[in-house]
Amino acid sequence: MTRLSPDFNPALRVLHWLMAALVLAMLFIGVFMVSTSGPAYGTLLALHRPIGIAILVLVVLRLPLRLATGAPALPEDLAPLQKRIAWGSHVLLYAALFALPLIGWGMLSAGGYPVRLGDGIVLPPILPHDLALYALLRAVHTAIALAFFALILLHLAAALMHGLVRRDGVLRSMTIGHHRSSPPSAADDDKSGETATLPT
Amino acid sequence: MPMFDRRTISAFALIGATVLALLTGFAWAAGWLGPRRISGGDITTALEANSGGVKPGYRRAHAKGLCFTGDFAANGRGSALSTARTLHAGTLPVLGRFSLAGGNPLAGDGRNVFHSMALLLKTPDGQEWRMALDHTPIFPVADVASFITLQRATTPDPKTGKPDPAVLKALLAAHPEVKAFQGYMAKAVLPNSFANATYYSINAFRFTDAGGTTRFVRWQFVPEAPLAGLDKQHLDQLPRDALFQEMIARTAKGPSRWHLLLVEANPGDVTDKATVAWQGPHRTIDAGTLTIRATQPEETGSCRDFNFDPTILPEGIALSDDPLLAARAKGYSSSFTRRAAEGPHPSAVGEDLAKGAQQ
Repeated sequence: MTRLSPDFNPALRVLHWLMAALVLAMLFIGVFMVSTSGPAYGTLLALHRPIGIAILVLVVLRLPLRLATGAPALPEDLAPLQKRIAWGSHVLLYAALFALPLIGWGMLSAGGYPVRLGDGIVLPPILPHDLALYALLRAVHTAIALAFFALILLHLAAALMHGLVRRDGVLRSMTIGHHRSSPPSAADDDKSGETATLPT
Repeated sequence: MPMFDRRTISAFALIGATVLALLTGFAWAAGWLGPRRISGGDITTALEANSGGVKPGYRRAHAKGLCFTGDFAANGRGSALSTARTLHAGTLPVLGRFSLAGGNPLAGDGRNVFHSMALLLKTPDGQEWRMALDHTPIFPVADVASFITLQRATTPDPKTGKPDPAVLKALLAAHPEVKAFQGYMAKAVLPNSFANATYYSINAFRFTDAGGTTRFVRWQFVPEAPLAGLDKQHLDQLPRDALFQEMIARTAKGPSRWHLLLVEANPGDVTDKATVAWQGPHRTIDAGTLTIRATQPEETGSCRDFNFDPTILPEGIALSDDPLLAARAKGYSSSFTRRAAEGPHPSAVGEDLAKGAQQ
């Protein structure tokens, strides 16, 4: 559904940036905890599961909101192929937001592990205890995570292209919006403060 | 598109720099850049080499094992140290595994190595307490780097079939704790049954009580059966699966019992090194009784497909600062993931049963 307003629904914008921070943190936590057998491992693992489930909960809220409120139309001068790529990449981003936490949960279930979130909360298994299935999902979890990070980099580069090079209002539709300024095509969409910072 | 102006060029540069910065940070987090980290896979690979190569489908350490089931009857006294529901008065079903150290699933039982008991206790709310206990109160090394060094130094040379004495000598010189452990193993009684050994938590853990007080605790399962030792001079004369067959026969006649003793650290006790035993009297709580009622070969028992990762703990028990804990978690996890992909293979005990059935 195309939205008449030039901006995403404000609640969607908040969810987008909250989830962007959580997902980036998760990807970094994930690859770090896999790489080390040092003391950081326990701390990172204790963060990884509750944040993963939090992302799942947030995307369950976000997708219906996105479907109900729609997205602003892309600029008319964008090539049809580019529009199709934009659509496809967003479908994949949403798919990864669902798939990664569900596969993580399913993988632990298949491995016979408790899915402990802390504070005495343990989620029930969603798949049977089956080591062949565990091995498969464990590999898929990594593969999707790496593909997801690559997709996020493309998404970020494309968003910055819209904001800094084309200056066509697309980036602004997910940040501060257009309500205080003139029509989207004229908006000075050069906000660059949204890029994630590196962990130290 | 018009010719690129200066602003467009700097915009492209900014976009490129942003993506590159994220990529670099990610590569650092993943350990692809910067100082080399020891991963779980490094631990597992060192264990595989020590066992003379990969034994597909088996645990990379403690490959030879036997499943058991029983129950744990908590008397509630452990609640003085921890809010863990496992320690509330009541009885929980238990599954576990007896094993011997080493990566060879068909090795003989006559070896002066760890005799081990793994346990999984689960409360109805889904919380689990998994343990991997050894019959020694201490471990030969304190951290993961030393563990890998130890595995490499004790890897048999393919030519001689024995570890290189020069490498071993250098290891013992650099690691007095390994030498101390060897001295302990040489003197200590090697139990002649899985049923009469005391099994120790190895590491210290943090126990938090209902009032929020946290204490360091090690624990041990003390058997009701009196300890008797194997003749260490004639270990090579022991039939291949003697200890496992003894436990199967013993359990068929009746259950074996252990008492869970929680040992609270005294001020000054070392809580972050599994190489150091706690000396002298300690406040000790008998928290309940473990009863092992049945054994099963890994082929039909339920222990085979579990990772007895001792860092899987209920609320009320947490990790200490002992660096060996993360290393154990990662090593076990890597071994579990590798064997999961390889598929299960027959156990020594299962092999004995199959032979018996043919006769």
